[in-house]
Amino acid sequence: MSKRIALVGMPNTGKSTLFNRLTGAGAKVGNWPGLTVELLSAKLLLGDGMVELVDLPGLHNLHGFSEDERVARRFVETQPLNGILVVLNTTQLERQLALVLQMKSLGLPMFLALNMADEAKHRGIRVRTEHLEAQLGMPVRLISAKHGQGVPELKQALTAWLREHPQTTHASAIALTEDDVIEDTLNDILSDSLHIPICLSPTRTDRVDQWLLHPWLGIPLFLLIMLAVFQVVYGIGAPLQEGLGWLLDEVKTLWLAPLVAGLPAWASSFLLEGLYDGVGTVMSFLPIIVAFFLAMAVVEDSGYLARAAFLMDALMARLGLDGRAFVMQLMGFGCNVPAMMGTRVMRGRAQRIAAMMMIPFSLCSARLQVFLFFTTAVFSPRAAPWVLFSLYVMSFLLAFLTAWLMRGRTRHALDPLLMELPPYRIPTLAALARQAFRESGHFLSQAGGFIILGVALVWFLTHVPLDVPPASPATLAGQIAAWIEPVFTPLGIDQLLSIALLFGFVAKEVVIGALAVIYGAGGDELSGLLAQRLDWIQAYSFMLFTLIYTPCLSTLATLRSESGSDRVMWASLAWSLGAAWLLSFAFYQTARALFG
Amino acid sequence: MTPPCPLHTLPVGRCGTILSIDAPAELAARMRALGLQPGRRIKVIRRSPFQGPIQVRAGQTDLMIRRAEAAIIQMQPCPEVECV
Repeated sequence: MSKRIALVGMPNTGKSTLFNRLTGAGAKVGNWPGLTVELLSAKLLLGDGMVELVDLPGLHNLHGFSEDERVARRFVETQPLNGILVVLNTTQLERQLALVLQMKSLGLPMFLALNMADEAKHRGIRVRTEHLEAQLGMPVRLISAKHGQGVPELKQALTAWLREHPQTTHASAIALTEDDVIEDTLNDILSDSLHIPICLSPTRTDRVDQWLLHPWLGIPLFLLIMLAVFQVVYGIGAPLQEGLGWLLDEVKTLWLAPLVAGLPAWASSFLLEGLYDGVGTVMSFLPIIVAFFLAMAVVEDSGYLARAAFLMDALMARLGLDGRAFVMQLMGFGCNVPAMMGTRVMRGRAQRIAAMMMIPFSLCSARLQVFLFFTTAVFSPRAAPWVLFSLYVMSFLLAFLTAWLMRGRTRHALDPLLMELPPYRIPTLAALARQAFRESGHFLSQAGGFIILGVALVWFLTHVPLDVPPASPATLAGQIAAWIEPVFTPLGIDQLLSIALLFGFVAKEVVIGALAVIYGAGGDELSGLLAQRLDWIQAYSFMLFTLIYTPCLSTLATLRSESGSDRVMWASLAWSLGAAWLLSFAFYQTARALFG
Repeated sequence: MTPPCPLHTLPVGRCGTILSIDAPAELAARMRALGLQPGRRIKVIRRSPFQGPIQVRAGQTDLMIRRAEAAIIQMQPCPEVECV
């Protein structure tokens, strides 16, 4: 039977860094019996045997206050283990050591790794490891997981330790030691093994925080930083997305089209315009997701995310959310998909679901394309920027309205915002790259299948029956459009536009292309046609509906996989569609009544 | 001697010793894990604007805590000359 170790530690101890340092690239997420969440695990070679290392969620104690803590506790209590490797932040040993004492009551073999030893040394904190080993009755090693110091020695010591504990054992299900008892023991141990300088001089972090957390400048600087992050993500991601789109198109016309030329027209259309373009839609999101996660990893690992939460919490707490939700909402203005994946930094499930329900209203770059086209086509150059601005305002209002409507659920479960403000740290490139790579793989595997299915469905609707022009009134889509006409007529949206909305359901990027197919005209000609056919009230009503009705299939797929619940996805869809209809209706009818 | 006061009223830059925490067991456990427990000396570093959270320093750890949670922590302010 293979050996297994659980990796345990408080948040901000560099636990994941150590996990990556020990195991390298081969980590995988997996399900465990009896657990609702997936855990990261990897095999590593220790001595002459393979050992499975399981990375448990960060926890403060074993009382099970948060979901993460319950998961971690359940894991160590139910899974047979050779032992537990506890990682602590050496600079905060005086409070973190309590976790080790608490875990001792589980009766499992333990090993203590004191991380960030370099930072501790720099601050003048000294640990006498031999004393600590004797008092705790377990091996103790000082390491720096980020830079790798002490890690080879740690591996050697782990090998020897495992040789002493060759059999897996179950934790004893005894009650946890009383916290007060722990406190007494802790003070004895600390006075003997730990030296902390009495007065600490102001650190670099303190000086940076004087600016970044300034009472007046803090929030403007936060918005500037987010703007910069945004520029970098889309500055890098968008050209790559375009390039990838071009590449996929070339492959299609040069290689795939000749390849399927022998097939019947409907089959080649299905393969190329249905499946291939569907896969292409998924793939084209990848560069932005990679760039986003690189940027988010910098924001999070540097310690700034906690500061952003500190600055924005006053506003968000009134809506039953914490400050991190606002950061993700802003990120959604680029692309909803990675923003939704980014909500993982939020711990409480109710908060996370609420944040995920808000994000679809963030006016993403794909919707912006549609609006830019429509505003230039229908509105005067002087009015256009204001029209666009009003859509951004709507986007914010709807997101906050969503949070406000859900506040009953979230406020009651509002996690007391007890968070550490870690010192600023410079993230390592290797950790960033690993993170981005893992997230993009996750996106592809989770959302891919669902999107392909949806694209195939839209192809089917717009191409069947096969003997009529695609997307014309005679197709299934056209028939549906005719059938739901009574729903859209009060919004000023005609049948042709409602077919475009059907395409927009897959991805907003294809709306303009779809309109070109539907009207049989592209580019400037299409602008002219739209200006002729639509007055400003109809155009604005259409844009309002496009903004709200649903972000895209990728976002819905991500919402489903991230929340792990079909119900949440359907609820979000129903709420978006309902709100879109009501607002467009209210706008169109009022504007018609006022301006004729 | 200064009379005791709840943490959210302690001015920025002042330190104090925690007298009592009137929290449910679970919240108390979480606070304890982050270094907030009776007898500990902590210092208020800054407040976030618009009645937002408070940044406090407990030993080697900087924490943020909402005013509502800070209000249940009773403090004995220390004389101003000490350093934390």
